[in-house]
Amino acid sequence: MSLSEEQVGQIAYLARLSLSNEALKSNTKDLNSILSLAEQLAQIDTDNITPMAHPLHMTQRLREDKVGEEDQSESFQAIAPKIGKKHYLVPTVIE
Amino acid sequence: MSIHHKTIAQLSQGLSSGEFSSVELTQHYLDRINASDLNAFITVTDEFAMKQAQAADDKIAKGVGGILTGIPYAHKDIFCTNGVKTSAGSKMLDNFISPYDATVSHKLNQADLVMLGKANMDEFAMGSSNENSYYGDVKNPWNVDKIPGGSSGGSAAAVAGRLAPFATGTDTGGSIRQPSSLCGITGLKPTYGRVSRYGMIAYASSLDQAGPMTQTAEDAALVLNVMAGFDEKDSTSAERDVEDYTASLNDSIKGLTIGLPKEFFSEGLDDEVASQVMAAVKEFEAMGATVKEVSLPNSAYAIPTYYIVAPCECSSNLSRLDGVRYGYRCEDPKDLEDLYLRSRSEGFGEEVKRRIMIGAYALSAGYYDAYYLKAQKTRHLISEDFKKAFKEVDVIMGPVSPTTAFDLGSVKDPVSMYLADIYTLSANLAGLPGMSIPAGFAQKLPVGLQLIGNYWSESKLLNIAHQFQQQTDWHTQAPQEL
Repeated sequence: MSLSEEQVGQIAYLARLSLSNEALKSNTKDLNSILSLAEQLAQIDTDNITPMAHPLHMTQRLREDKVGEEDQSESFQAIAPKIGKKHYLVPTVIE
Repeated sequence: MSIHHKTIAQLSQGLSSGEFSSVELTQHYLDRINASDLNAFITVTDEFAMKQAQAADDKIAKGVGGILTGIPYAHKDIFCTNGVKTSAGSKMLDNFISPYDATVSHKLNQADLVMLGKANMDEFAMGSSNENSYYGDVKNPWNVDKIPGGSSGGSAAAVAGRLAPFATGTDTGGSIRQPSSLCGITGLKPTYGRVSRYGMIAYASSLDQAGPMTQTAEDAALVLNVMAGFDEKDSTSAERDVEDYTASLNDSIKGLTIGLPKEFFSEGLDDEVASQVMAAVKEFEAMGATVKEVSLPNSAYAIPTYYIVAPCECSSNLSRLDGVRYGYRCEDPKDLEDLYLRSRSEGFGEEVKRRIMIGAYALSAGYYDAYYLKAQKTRHLISEDFKKAFKEVDVIMGPVSPTTAFDLGSVKDPVSMYLADIYTLSANLAGLPGMSIPAGFAQKLPVGLQLIGNYWSESKLLNIAHQFQQQTDWHTQAPQEL
């Protein structure tokens, strides 16, 4: 199975990336060769094998429901591209 | 011996005996960094380093310093450092002055270490040659036309080029071991969960692990003593006490059983690299170890497995970089979507975009089972192979990389680049600790020997490596002009 340029364009959009025509061409070629590498996985018999999401067999740790973080919004927002009245600003979404 | 050839253990003695001060030592390394053209650093933190060195000297004078007080190091630019640019090798974070310290940075500060600067790396740790950095290629100190390996290429070049006594690195698919091998230094990737990932910019969260890159195994043990430990800020940190990794360095390795996976010595392995690796194994036999062939039948699938699992995790992790809260934002976005699209397209490099797209595709509805779930099942099989092998042997040995360092710019096709990771990926997929130690030269370039141990066997690996370094001098060799 191989991806068309149109499909690669859609995948890029899903990941919020835009590609120039030239980049679309080269990425279609590269993604297809990476996916054909991944096709090798189809050869393996994985019936009854549980997927391994994590290398250590551990359960998620729980903590007490208690506020531990200090308010650091000032230092975090000092590096933001655009802020106003303690909010992160983006182009208008709702008129 | 010039001061910059000394190991951490030797420098520590020199500092405590007053032979030199941390300020002198730090200045010496800063001068070397400023005169170097390896491009091993993204940011040199001169002022910051001199302040830390002065504070370290004060502690030493008062007799309250620890063993690593005043030792300079290069910090991979993937670890957040409060008040210092932390770029992850990306244009996306070129303007990111971290407002907090990673746990590793904090621990190194607590141990009074002196940060010389932030080491160059492949963008977001994606790469095997350090050619994917926004800040340009790093050069291999053994031959400046060659790659240093990646993604911790700046770290490896800094240690091999004697620009720092040690460096930090991270290893998601081989990024500590492979550059260590190609630059002729000692590198350790601990068991997954041993070193905190808090503040270490995430690439693939179920694989990422930080570790030391040093001249010797003894130095790696000293640094791991500081880096390792449970951290409640990292939800996958192991709740396990830290051993003193130096305690068993001098144990005898007589009776050690070494497993050689036949799959690690097949097609694609350079003959000269193979013979250096086998010569190292012979050295171990002479030291009283026995060798046994083992099989890791599913390791052949490590490449497709990794190149699905890691991109899936990366596409999720890197979605946070959207031009809103920090990092790069495009000029004059016309609406929110334009802001996302252009900030990400202009901020990320080619390889990062490729991996994000592979991940986005493999996780999308209709393809999830065929790719991501399938890869996770294969990952289980790869880890079971190791479990079986470790019932028979104490350690697995083999090459780190199928070849020595290749020419800068010579590998253009992404899949060919991925194939070079064949021997390192499976340890990450299984979560096992691995090392690269200098084991000779081929084509006048360093060759590393890989050691893979069972879970939590860092002390054993360091012991094995240290014993080898008592019998050989590959780890003491440095590029001639240094």
